[in-house]
Amino acid sequence: MKGRIDWPAHVVLGFGVLLFLLPIWLVLAGSTLQPDEVARGELSLIPRLSGLDVYARVLIEGSPGTGPVWRMLLVSFCMAMSIAIGKLAISILSAYAIVFFRFPFRMAAFWVIFITLMLPVEVRIIPTFTVMSDMSLINTFPGLTVPLIASATATLLFRQTFLAIPDELFEAARMDGAGPWRFLRDILIPVSATNIAALFVIQFVYGWNQYLWPLLVATDPKLDTIVIGIVKMIGGETQTEWNRVMATAVLALLPPISVVVLMQKWFVKGLTESNK
Amino acid sequence: MERRTIFSDRLLPILLVLPQLAITIVFFLWPTGQAIWLSLTRADPFGIRVQFVGLENFWDLFADPLYTATVLRSIFFCALVAAISLGLAMLLAVAADREIAFRRFYRIFLIWPYAIAPAVAAVLWILLLHPQIGLIGRWLNALGLGWDYKINGGQAMLVVILASAWKEISYNFIFLLAGLQSISASVVEAARMDGARGFFRFRTVTLPLLMPTVFFLLVVNLVYAAFDTFGTIWAMTSGGPGKATETLVIKVYRDGIVNQDIGSSSAQSVVLMIGVIALTALQFRFLGRRSGGE
Repeated sequence: MKGRIDWPAHVVLGFGVLLFLLPIWLVLAGSTLQPDEVARGELSLIPRLSGLDVYARVLIEGSPGTGPVWRMLLVSFCMAMSIAIGKLAISILSAYAIVFFRFPFRMAAFWVIFITLMLPVEVRIIPTFTVMSDMSLINTFPGLTVPLIASATATLLFRQTFLAIPDELFEAARMDGAGPWRFLRDILIPVSATNIAALFVIQFVYGWNQYLWPLLVATDPKLDTIVIGIVKMIGGETQTEWNRVMATAVLALLPPISVVVLMQKWFVKGLTESNK
Repeated sequence: MERRTIFSDRLLPILLVLPQLAITIVFFLWPTGQAIWLSLTRADPFGIRVQFVGLENFWDLFADPLYTATVLRSIFFCALVAAISLGLAMLLAVAADREIAFRRFYRIFLIWPYAIAPAVAAVLWILLLHPQIGLIGRWLNALGLGWDYKINGGQAMLVVILASAWKEISYNFIFLLAGLQSISASVVEAARMDGARGFFRFRTVTLPLLMPTVFFLLVVNLVYAAFDTFGTIWAMTSGGPGKATETLVIKVYRDGIVNQDIGSSSAQSVVLMIGVIALTALQFRFLGRRSGGE
């Protein structure tokens, strides 16, 4: 086999790469064109460097009917970070409690957390909205993030990781007189560093990409995430400035893609090991 | 499995699970209970008195031809999204599993699309398929095909299926490639020695060994297609034209939030919940078998 080029595989993979790269490239090139050129359908695949100032303009001004894009990026970033860090923190703590301690209703607590797997937001839209407004969390940043922080998958994953830690490690820590906090900080967290990194990527992307939840609980334009903002931009069909929409699409894609590409190794490992 | 070694604190562990438990109860269990209760009640037209009506909302729902049409449409949509996405991902994973040049390059370029938001995928596909400005859309019209997914229901369905399936290819690719790589090289080598080659070897040796991954992905894809595609569909067509792309989740959102029909929307939520529970149960039953087999 050596030395021969595997043409069928290259053709298939090349097709796959183009399938994703082409739309992105089109948007990148399109963002640098004049809005009326795009509206006439004169999309070109060659970007025009002089049109790059559209990025400065959307960042500062936004698009007709929306706020500035820098603000949406900031909201999205804070939301994604809060959700990712929040999920990791409360999942590590609850898995720690369930694995290393004995307390009343321990298994009941485990099942209550587990059951959230089966209750995505989409199936309980109305009552969740009611609870949110009863707690006056509509149009607040905590309302945007806190309810999404509960995570059965992360808890299950950390539980598995903790269960697999050899007893010797634990005994050694006990001999050294390590208390519960030191054990968590000095042993459990370093040992599960790979899982934490992988889950961070998965949850950051999850938080960044939310659409239904912010649509439901944040109608205030000040709390528009970038995903909400971009859909708003294409809503008013007639006056859509397509170059601004495309520039915003590029800006919306950059952060989650960077996180995935930079942390690819851990991300792939963590994803396939945690089975979601 | 239980750990032998434990700390003896009593209060600490309760404090540790409390945040997770509180969020779960307040934002998951309580609203779910509410949904079940609301689905069994009906408010008078002025919203003043609420009356317990048993399963009436459910009977109404299933007697409504619009609802059964939406159920069938959703099944059609989910099946095609899962099939297209899994099929293409399988093709790519098999190719990427081979010993070829640039394999690291190919992998990175097939993994990053995991990061694309469903709603942003919609925007990208609008820019491709828009009848006036889209690269492909204009080309289809130049061929005289009368392309306009804003008017033509069948075309609208095609568009949301393509955009939704496209977005999920990366996820499937990651799992299928990992699955292929975990198949022992000696098994494949033995099959090669026995003269099994090409598609025959794939069908008789590789695919059966990969079946657990494929089945797991099938369930995940169905859940994705049923729930996570809300952003894609809402941004592209809002369920239209007419009801051409209205899936169950779009309908819950329309009836509950836009039209404020709480009883029916809650009943629909409960039906969806039963669907998720069934799919999750299926997944765990099968996952149990897989970890037992390895």
